[in-house]
Amino acid sequence: MTLLLDFEKPVGDLRARLETVERDYATDPTDELGRLRADLTLDLANRTRAIYQSLTPWQTVQVARHPLRPQTLDYAIGMCTEFVEFHGDRAFGDDRAIVGGPARINGRAVVLVGQQRGRETRERLDRNFGSPHPEGYRKAHRLFQMAAKFGLPVVTMMDTPGASPGLGDEERGQGWALAANLAALATLPVPIVCVVIGEGNSGGALAIGVGDRFLMLEHAIFSVASPEAAASIVWKDAKHAPHAADALKLTAPDLLRLHLIDRIVPEPVGGAHGDPSGTITSLRAVLDEELARLAAMPVAELVASRYAKYRRIGSWFEQGGAPS
Amino acid sequence: MRNLFRRALPLVTGDAAQEAAPDLWVRCGRCRELLYTREWEAAHRVCAKCGFHARLSVADRLAHLLDAGSWHERDANLRPSDPLGFAPPGRPSYVDKLAAEARESGQTEAAVYGHGTIDGIPVVLAILDMAYFAGTLGAVVGEKVARAFELGIAERCAVVVVSASGGARQQEGVVALVQMAKAAAAVQALAGARLPYVSILTDPTLGGVTASFATLGDCILAEPGAVIGFAGPRIIEQTTGEKLPPGAQTAEFQLAHGMVDLVVARRDQKAAVARVIRLLLDGTAATVVAPGAPEPAATGTNGTSFATSPTVAQVTR
Repeated sequence: MTLLLDFEKPVGDLRARLETVERDYATDPTDELGRLRADLTLDLANRTRAIYQSLTPWQTVQVARHPLRPQTLDYAIGMCTEFVEFHGDRAFGDDRAIVGGPARINGRAVVLVGQQRGRETRERLDRNFGSPHPEGYRKAHRLFQMAAKFGLPVVTMMDTPGASPGLGDEERGQGWALAANLAALATLPVPIVCVVIGEGNSGGALAIGVGDRFLMLEHAIFSVASPEAAASIVWKDAKHAPHAADALKLTAPDLLRLHLIDRIVPEPVGGAHGDPSGTITSLRAVLDEELARLAAMPVAELVASRYAKYRRIGSWFEQGGAPS
Repeated sequence: MRNLFRRALPLVTGDAAQEAAPDLWVRCGRCRELLYTREWEAAHRVCAKCGFHARLSVADRLAHLLDAGSWHERDANLRPSDPLGFAPPGRPSYVDKLAAEARESGQTEAAVYGHGTIDGIPVVLAILDMAYFAGTLGAVVGEKVARAFELGIAERCAVVVVSASGGARQQEGVVALVQMAKAAAAVQALAGARLPYVSILTDPTLGGVTASFATLGDCILAEPGAVIGFAGPRIIEQTTGEKLPPGAQTAEFQLAHGMVDLVVARRDQKAAVARVIRLLLDGTAATVVAPGAPEPAATGTNGTSFATSPTVAQVTR
């Protein structure tokens, strides 16, 4: 399955040529074809690197949304030796846009909670394209409380266009469900590591994205709203989404520079969708390191420094003074 | 004659825009009844005929909630900055927009906080202001709300927040988004000190404010008719194609769905807030000083300490 983004076209053409040459070389291994193969391989690597080193914010949005990008369950299967998916919020239903349960990463038991967008059309519909309903956030809440009860660290994976905005969601208190999670995570007495693996938009992402360490995959995005939603607020027209993507500073390097995230997890050259297993391996190593470090901290210190971390975020002037 | 009136009279739409109008009469924004301005103002801008609650300025809100002369604002000197350098093509830059908002509203940000008394009970009060940037939650609003909760802990008194907001301020990006987490953490700090938090939801309370401190009150009061929700009606219709039934997302809808405790008319709010706080503070927790409650952040120089005011326990017993 190949799914090329617009700006990947030159790479796609090169890859197609390389595949032809490799086929020919297999049947007729001449020196000339061998040299051509080597040149094309190098060229492909260089072009891919060049493209991925200078993605515009809007191109990054496309990469973050790539259908072949690994999703929460891919990480659960790929990096956990054990994972038991728990279902339901014990009040209304089971929202398939949020998945989670106890898991084991490199021998360490954790509670994993993440958004799941789905890949094929039916699965995407079933999972509401990764836009959770209130019952999804309440399932997450239940899993957070369970983690606290058993002293298990929490790992969350954000990948959502935003919280679901339907009438039913309003009737069941979407805002209340999101707020309850922010409050619960603020004081949860266990280590919390949050990772944006794809798209992390608005309160819908934040409601599983408050913790001691906040990481982003290299080509993930994290934003106050989807570029389309921000454009329809600021420009009154969703067509300006590319401009909004520029202005919102939603890429990992920009957010790291602004001290709004803690760490960038590098993706293989060509993006996570080009090498899912490489990406999963890379994230597992980073999570292992982060969890080990947090496990060494006393709980009281952990929760106090989490409060201080969020308390510091903001920027203003005091009239007659300097910006703080 | 009717047409003449229609042209000459300001329509009460809920904006504070016509505040300065010295007209003798106003027209209700809902039932269009002609109201004698002085009586309407005396009723805190509630229509005598249909009960429509028009939007209030911060000054009017303070006047109807707090005991006269008890208000002391804190940190009035906080001004917004431009953390992202938000200046997209074809739109006014954030810096220009801030200047325009300040000019048009006469305010310096979309929230105030401070302390005062309600029926003699000391409280910390924060008010969000739709007149400035649609009450949007940015760093200054988030900081003031967080400081309000920390002041409540420091002074060991209840916190009351009056919300009115279009949601998170897009122009501050993730800085605005994270204010939701920061404010929710501050609510939790107050909860850890076992002090009451009364949240009053007014028209409109939407988006990031609904998904944070506004819905975390021990008691949630809503003003009659106020639009309250996460996604605004326009977003719901655009995204899902669902047409909202009449009355969806009103205070009464939220009461029916179990999301708010009380829908209280403006004239009864002060008494209701005072009663709830008195009752909650009469438990055994009020005399327990929670260990390890976070120290409040350093505050600006505009506030006056009210450490000398009577403690809540003294007032309630």
